[in-house]
Formats: sequence, structure tokens, C-alpha cells
Amino acid sequence: MDILAKERKVKELEKQIESLGDSETVKKLKREIKRYKEIEMSKLTAWDRVLLARHQSRPKALDFINYMSPDFIELHGDRLYQDDSSIIGGIGSINGTVFTIIAHQKGKTLEENIERNFAMPHPEGYRKALRLMKQAEKFKRPILTLIDTPGAYPGIGAEERGQGFAIAENIKSMSEFTVPIISVIIGEGGSGGALALGVANKILMLENAIYSILSPEGYASILWKDSSLAPKAAEVMKLTSYDLQEFSIIDRIIKEPYGGAHFDKEKTFNDTKSAILEEYNKLKILSPAELHYLKNKKIRNYGFLQRFNYKNLGGIKR
Amino acid sequence: MNNISKTLSKRKKLKNDLKKFREESPYIKAQKMDVPEGLYEKCPKCNRTVKRNSNIENDYICKHCGYHFRMRAIDRIRYIVDEDTFVEKGLGYITLNPLFQDGYEEKIAKYKKSTNLDDAYIYGYGQIYGQECVIGVMDSYFLMGSMGSVVGEKVTKSFEYSIYKKLPIVIFTASGGARMQEGIFSLMQMAKTSSAVAKHNKMGLLYISVLTHPTTGGVTASFATLGDIILAEPGALIGFAGPRVIEQTINQKLPEGFQTSEFLEKKGFIDKVVNRRDLKRTLSLLLAFHRRT
Repeated sequence: MDILAKERKVKELEKQIESLGDSETVKKLKREIKRYKEIEMSKLTAWDRVLLARHQSRPKALDFINYMSPDFIELHGDRLYQDDSSIIGGIGSINGTVFTIIAHQKGKTLEENIERNFAMPHPEGYRKALRLMKQAEKFKRPILTLIDTPGAYPGIGAEERGQGFAIAENIKSMSEFTVPIISVIIGEGGSGGALALGVANKILMLENAIYSILSPEGYASILWKDSSLAPKAAEVMKLTSYDLQEFSIIDRIIKEPYGGAHFDKEKTFNDTKSAILEEYNKLKILSPAELHYLKNKKIRNYGFLQRFNYKNLGGIKR
Repeated sequence: MNNISKTLSKRKKLKNDLKKFREESPYIKAQKMDVPEGLYEKCPKCNRTVKRNSNIENDYICKHCGYHFRMRAIDRIRYIVDEDTFVEKGLGYITLNPLFQDGYEEKIAKYKKSTNLDDAYIYGYGQIYGQECVIGVMDSYFLMGSMGSVVGEKVTKSFEYSIYKKLPIVIFTASGGARMQEGIFSLMQMAKTSSAVAKHNKMGLLYISVLTHPTTGGVTASFATLGDIILAEPGALIGFAGPRVIEQTINQKLPEGFQTSEFLEKKGFIDKVVNRRDLKRTLSLLLAFHRRT
């Protein structure tokens, strides 16, 4: 039974409560639901987390932004070609600190999703993000990015306008900036499309978010020629927040309520906000040169390999 | 007198040692590999069979239609770098299996044997018509030249070596993208190599990137497209998403010549499409223009 089936069961139980008026049975049922959530919904497989990360009612980037920064002003356009609505960017303050906020935005309904292109950006989106980040660098403003994308859009127009070039430029520039950059992976972190906003001093991740090199379906269809083996692929790919923390790819996990962020949005927003501010307070005291040095040192150490060395036989370099 | 002869003999010994070391290195071993007589290759463009030997003499270009065949990294270095000037650096990397994937180690071992390489990338010092540079080449015969931890590390090392020696760098890319068997570690190599380019750029050094068939995926979205000057070979497939993925996504056939180097030159992303026969001359000229005096 995967997480969606469990969720359906909880919904069913809640419906039963509504139909009953008797206070004694209501209390009993509520306790039962709570117990069920605690026992069943805390044991999640990797595939469950994939399903949760893609959940329709999971809070999207704009929900986070509207809660954390009510005075957010959105800025549009890459000043080269057009505006890409799958990436939103702008300026807003969180607890009095002004951030440049950039995020992938998924839609809540099908119509909105089509308009947002399912959060799969074209090169314009990345160039808009780069423009805003350069602006932040100029005004010494910290940058906050929220990542939630299946990947960069594979299409004719995207290739014509240099998808690879735009992503590469973003990654390179993000490693050069000297203002504090904090990235939060709030849903799906898909491949280069996510990394183009994810080269940061601190990378945080919601508990049930995923971050991977390609989708489990893609992995299964390439390696095993069968995309229905995606649940198995998700297990093998090590894409959950706990695995990534173990690999020291991400710095911090933000806990979610039982059953996923959509069960208690308020709490998720609050925890995310306090985690961001906490990390920002740690970065704030560092000088620009220190921030640049530490970020690049972290990036330099990515990788899992070994080098044959006469002095150090068998030493693993991580 | 005695001193001079001593130093001379010392130098001779060192030279011999170096020669021995280079003979043992994979580069030289692969050079000795000969193509068996009578092996045929099919040209993917005009569908005619070409004798492998005559093909090699013809600079790996199909004599019927001018198609540029893929080249092994070793052959590329022999073709571009002046004779006896190449010194390979960064030997001895071992590819590990960070996610404990089934069959990955066996695959690596198989390709190591067939290509005589540590991984899909080699780099070193070399001269192109006398112009000193650091040269790096990806080998698309090694697991489609995919970028895993070792390739990312070696690319980064080659930039660092180039900074250390204050030399320009030339990189030939040929890759299917990031290596999915190493999962998130491969993805992070994109950040690592890009930040190495940024460091190199800051030092005011020249980086020429030569895109060859095929350059797609994570390599396109990182160091391959960040060169000061970007050259490409004719007819090479260059793009972020593979053509099959795009076809599946948009549900229609792609136009002819989509994602080739000529297409990207027309769209303004590549400085120049250079025929393989002019490549060495073009590179040496560009390096000469940027020589530091």
C-alpha cells in the first residue's frame, strides 16, 4: 500500500467523523486517525516520497513566498526574449531582511499548470533568474531560491534558444556570487533544471522532497527498458533527503508533518521560514570573500572517487 | 668536468625513467593498438561501408560524404598534438560505485579493458604546432563519455593544472551527459566543473572548447558551453535534451538538421564550425593570438 492509498484511508475516516454527531465516537475515531498517521505514515519508502513530492495539493512555491514574505513584489522578464512564468522572481522581505527570491512555480490546477508549463523552464526563465541574481549581487542582497521542477523543458524552442548554455551560465555565475545564497528544495529537484538554481552556500530540503539526476521513470526506462519499474528505481537512486544528507549534498532537512506537507501547511511554512532565517543568521556574519571561498570549497569536494597514490594506498576521497 | 658528466648521466637516467613511465601509461599502450586489416565501418550518413584503414588515413572522415566519424581520445590527441610532446597528467583515478548499483563495476571494468583508459577523460600538457597548452579530451567510447565523479574530478584538475602552469586550455567534448549510475554525485560534477571554469576565467586565461559528436546533457549544461571560444566539428549532435526525448515530449518529428553544429552556429551559440582538417591550424592560430608575452 503506497502513501496515496493510506492518505485515501485517512480521508475516509475523517469523512466518517463528519457524519457522526456523537462526541464519544468522534474522540475515538480522532485518536485512531492520529495513531494511524503516526504509525503508518511515518514509514515511507523512497517511492512514497516521490509521490508526496509530486502531490497535487502539496504547497507550491508561491504559497511559501506569500506566507514568508507578504510584501513580495514579482519582477518579470529576462530583457532578451520574453517572460517565462515557470520561474518566478522578485524582491521581498522575510522578518525584516530583504531577499531576492527566485522559485520554480508549479500550477495547482491543470489550466495553471499548462500556463506554467508544469514548472519546466525555458532558457528565458534561467536568464531571468540570472538577471535578478546579478541585481542582488549589485545591491548586496541575499538570495533565496525555492526549487520545485521536474527538469528543464525539452522542446524545439528551448534548444533553439540555448537551454544548455543558459543553465551552464547560471551554474557558473552562482558559484561566483559573493552574497549569501540559500536554496530550499520544496518538491521535485530534477536534474540540471534544479541545479541551475541550486548552487548555494546552504542547501535545505523538505523531508519529503526529492533531488535526483533524472526521474525514476526515466532511469528505469533507460537502464531496464521498462518505465513501470520506477518504484524500484526510486529505491536504487538514493534521491530522498536522508540519503542526500548522508552524502553531504544537502545541509539540513526541514521536517514535515505526518503524511506530507499538505496535511499541515501552516506548520511547514513556519518551520521553513525559521530554518531559512537560522541559516541566514549563520551566513550573515561571514565576509563576501569567506562566503565565496566556503561555497567553492564545498563544490570542489563533491564526488565519490579514489585515486591510486603511493603515500595513501586505499584511501577514499570524498 | 666531473660535475658536468655527473649531471649529464643523471639527466639521461631521468629521461630513461620518464620514457619507461610513459610507456607504461595507458596513453602509449593504446597508441600501440593497431586496427586489424579488413575491418569495415558503416557510415551513418550515406550508409556506405568504408574500410577502417583507409578511413583512418582519411582523418576519420567518410570519403564519400564527408561525415566526421567519432574519434577515440587517444587518436584525437595523436591527431591534434605535435608528436612526442604530450605528457599525460592525472593518472590513477579509480571509479567507485557510490550507490552500489548492480553491474556498474563490471561495466566499468569492461570499458577500461577495451579503451585502456581510467575513465572517459584524459588530459595533459601538449603543443599544437609549437603552441603550448593543456589539452583535455573526452572519449565517447567509454560508456558514451558520460560524466561521473572521476571525469568531473579530472576536468576540474585539468583546469587547475592550467591555472598552475598559466597555460591556455583546449577541451574536446564528446559525451552523452551525466552518468546516471552515480546519481546525484554526477549531477554535482556539473557544479564542480563550472566553478573550475569560473576560477580559470578569473585568472584571465584562455579556454577553447571544441564540441564534437555527440555533446549532450549535463556536459552541454556545464563546462562545454562555457568556453571563451566555442568551436564545433561539422554535423555534430549538440544539445541539452536528446532528440528522442524531445520527440517523445512534443509528439512530433524533429526538423532535419535540428541540434547539429551548423544549426547552433546559425542560432548564434557557436563561434565557428571547423572542418577536422583545419582544426589543428585554427587551434594553433587562436592559441598564438592569445599568447602571453
